Amino acid sequence: MARRRVVIPIGPFHPLIEEPEYFALSCEGETVVDVEWQAGYMHRGIEKISESLHWDQVTFAVERICGICSTSHPIAYCNAVEDLLGIEPPVRARYIRSVVAELERLHSHLLWVGLAGHFLGYNTVFMWAWKYREPILDAFELITGNRQHYAMMKVGGVRRDIEDDDNLRLKKILADARGKIEMLTAAVLDDPVLAARLKGVGVLTPQDIKNYGAVGPTARASGVDIDVRRDSPYAAYHLVEWKVITGSAGDVFDKAVVRLLECKESIRIIEQCLDAIRGTKGEIDAKVREIPPGEGIGHHEAPRGEVFHYVRSNGTNRPVRHKVRAPSYVNIPTFRASCIGQTVSDVAIILAAVDPCYCCTERVQVYNRKTGRKELGFDDLLRLSREKTGLIAREVRR
Amino acid sequence: MTVVERLREGLGNRVIRIETPNPKRVYLTILPEDLGEAARFVWQTLDGRYVTVSGIDTSSRIELLYHFSVDREDTFVSLRVFLDRDRPEIASLSSLIPAMEWIEREIWELLGVTFRGHPNLKHLLLADDWPEGNYPLRKKTDGA
Repeated sequence: MARRRVVIPIGPFHPLIEEPEYFALSCEGETVVDVEWQAGYMHRGIEKISESLHWDQVTFAVERICGICSTSHPIAYCNAVEDLLGIEPPVRARYIRSVVAELERLHSHLLWVGLAGHFLGYNTVFMWAWKYREPILDAFELITGNRQHYAMMKVGGVRRDIEDDDNLRLKKILADARGKIEMLTAAVLDDPVLAARLKGVGVLTPQDIKNYGAVGPTARASGVDIDVRRDSPYAAYHLVEWKVITGSAGDVFDKAVVRLLECKESIRIIEQCLDAIRGTKGEIDAKVREIPPGEGIGHHEAPRGEVFHYVRSNGTNRPVRHKVRAPSYVNIPTFRASCIGQTVSDVAIILAAVDPCYCCTERVQVYNRKTGRKELGFDDLLRLSREKTGLIAREVRR
Repeated sequence: MTVVERLREGLGNRVIRIETPNPKRVYLTILPEDLGEAARFVWQTLDGRYVTVSGIDTSSRIELLYHFSVDREDTFVSLRVFLDRDRPEIASLSSLIPAMEWIEREIWELLGVTFRGHPNLKHLLLADDWPEGNYPLRKKTDGA
């Protein structure tokens, strides 16, 4: 007898909206057999808007593409325009760019760890991670004036300097954060229940990564050793000591490991940058006046992976074309490889594992195609996910 | 061997023009019919990472740029093809590179380029009832 196939719609909207998306999971019994992805619910036409803005204004427009990684797009855009111009920002500006970019990685990864814990029914992890994320946002306010949308970047440099007073306060915040993040990392990685729950779930092979062009922690967890910060040095990444974290298994557990260990590297990078600029003065802006005709490509390693910007100038004060590719655009299609063959109770965490933005996973509902009746809501799926964790917890303790 | 030398050797007379504004950026112009072979060479032989495709309406032609990153060499290779603005059409690469499926849908709806052989050419970002023949990234040439 043919098995009944049901379609589970996930999305598209949720109050936490960052990027609303819709996934249709075709399931046979508990097993996912196909995934279809739809986007565009919040398509704002930023590429088109960009063509009507001054080169300087575009920096602010692209900052609003994403609320979580809001400095990633300006950095990639500035890299693209600087590539077109053939210039490099002053050294002090490079250090400041790295400080802001790594603070962003810290808060973004902590946000992910917290939410991943929440999906699995580990609310302690959620509370810890979000509590330790708070001082990082305070640090942003200290040096940029804002907790989000920092407006620090400009073509040819940065808008604000980091004064020595703030430099020392920031060092203090980071010293506190280091201990807490180490504790959180150890607690998550040593937990036998989380290991049993996440290992072998949602595996992506290096070939999957190549096929879908996936980037960032999603790629590195599968052992694909790519990181724009090292491979294509910009800002101050080649001036400080740090290492690229990679996993090998490509499952959800390794994605968590990569993100947690990257937090530690980010703190190392920021501390070295702060030490390098403390007690010194220097230019922070290359004072770009005009953008000549030409084209430029810029990229930046955002918390979720490579952000890519392409700009073309015809010599006027506006770009004639501006293409933006965010990391989720290439990471989300990997669901076709990672979800198929998995059970419905694992889908919430697999979808969450590429850190796509949680609106996607918070609206899962199972419908019976024949009757059109709702059979399972997102709460039910969360319950299933948490029950599985509970079951494993009992087995592990036995 | 540099990336440019390998491209010249691997693609031979298919190369129409190579521009290198700096050593880390290679823009390679080819004919639309050579795209499949050139993309396969960059993606498989040079082990280029698929990044994205960007399309531009230059008012006289539609220009597509297929961006690949050769991470080990810190070099972007962008394959440039020009299409007829009245009937832009090119072969789909989604059977070679699965990730192309989504960007080709986006370029189809925003610039009106038809990708021959695409398995599922429907709206990605715009609404399903978006008016046919209205392509947001096309430049207005009639002064409208």
